[in-house]
Amino acid sequence: MTEGEIRQAVREALSNVAPEVDLSTIDPAKDLREQIDVDSVDFLNFVIALHKQLQIEIPEGDVAKLTTLNGCVNYLHAQLASKEGPRL
Amino acid sequence: MSEFRMPSLGADMEYGTVVDWRVKAGDRVKRGDVVALVETEKGVIEVEIFEAGVIESLVVQPGQKVPVGAPLAILRGEPGAKGQEPSAQRIGTAGETVVVVAPTTISAESRVTAEAQSSAPTAAAVAPSTARRAEISPLARKRARELGVDLTELVATRPNGAICAEDVERVAPKPAAAPQVAPPAKALDLAAMRRVIAAAMARSKREIPHYYLASSIDMQRALAWLAAENAKRPVTKRLLYAALLLRAVALALKSTPELNGVWVDEGFQASEAIHIGVAISLRQGGLINPAIHDVDKKNLDEVMVSLLDLVNRARSGHLRSSELSAGTITVTNLGEQGVQSVFGVIYPPQVALVGCGKMTERPVAMNGLLGVRPMIDVTLAADHRVSDGHRGGRFLLAVERLLQEPDKL
Repeated sequence: MTEGEIRQAVREALSNVAPEVDLSTIDPAKDLREQIDVDSVDFLNFVIALHKQLQIEIPEGDVAKLTTLNGCVNYLHAQLASKEGPRL
Repeated sequence: MSEFRMPSLGADMEYGTVVDWRVKAGDRVKRGDVVALVETEKGVIEVEIFEAGVIESLVVQPGQKVPVGAPLAILRGEPGAKGQEPSAQRIGTAGETVVVVAPTTISAESRVTAEAQSSAPTAAAVAPSTARRAEISPLARKRARELGVDLTELVATRPNGAICAEDVERVAPKPAAAPQVAPPAKALDLAAMRRVIAAAMARSKREIPHYYLASSIDMQRALAWLAAENAKRPVTKRLLYAALLLRAVALALKSTPELNGVWVDEGFQASEAIHIGVAISLRQGGLINPAIHDVDKKNLDEVMVSLLDLVNRARSGHLRSSELSAGTITVTNLGEQGVQSVFGVIYPPQVALVGCGKMTERPVAMNGLLGVRPMIDVTLAADHRVSDGHRGGRFLLAVERLLQEPDKL
């Protein structure tokens, strides 16, 4: 999966928990939860949506890496790359 | 025969509009079945029936706005099958007596142009006479509803005499207006919701003598247990500390039942069941308070599943009437919004509200030494007509103790 596709998947998962937010206004380096006013239930739903969409497990200890948009994309990219293995 | 009436779905609800029927004449229903979608100021709610029986006829048409207590359908009960409509359902309308509204006086305030084209001018029974009901297919009924066709006027063309969807479509007025399909979550009327909240909160402060207690609770053990548990679980089964709080509240209520129930007609009615209302703020604005049933009987996983399900359905507008009217106490958790403590307003007709503030690392004296622990301020707002500070204090102490042993929750 390309980084662009991952970014899109993250945006979609975010839109589901915060449908009224204009995602283009989000600072990708800052905490998502503060910017789009989501609570712990919303955030859990967001993480579950990523897990389902991208078909990867997200260990509890890694959830802290998902709190910014950049953090999400970097983490998911690394996870998917190691799962997909070398491309032939 | 009995009447199924428009239930009150919260303090100060006065009217509801039936948006869609989920049953038709001849359907057998059991207690808890969703029979209609009703629009209120709190959004579209799935209304459940509390008696078992067979639907004799539907009294109200989709699109009609009727007062709480008005008959919606006639039910032919089964002997011995009559359930008890929860008394909490009738509380909201202070001083209201049951209004039996004759069908012809219900204002035909139909919002659905397709329905207005139907030849039936009054709120006559939507279903045809009992002798014919077995002969109309479910799809034909659905199409009839969508196209505003009066079922009593249909003529069967099939050899077996059954009315099918084509028979409906043939007589439908042309061109058909936008079909009446059961709407997805309708846009909330925020002004209406605000009025209802305002009325409920004003009534609460006017009638309930509130007292407030606060307690700071050490959450170190609870969080450590939660982290260890969640490390073993896939993301779809993880627990939030909110679930621990809800279980602790439910179990603590067993020793202070005067905080669990409703105030009715000048007296407190304790509830054996513990249904905890969860205050959920809606993204577009507004507040709703649906309840998780029987929190004392559910384990932590079940409470977590219920919590997620409830929040998701509240946000998408698919709550059920029993969830809105059944709460025996409410928990509000504003800690995530960064507030230290919540001193809330009790949601009538309940008699208590538990507030949870932000989890913060605080310096704490432990065994003569200074330590740092994650703590939450948990508060209780309670009705002084029913309980005194001493009992409220016992409740908070019980919550605190229960949270020190999270594996037992």
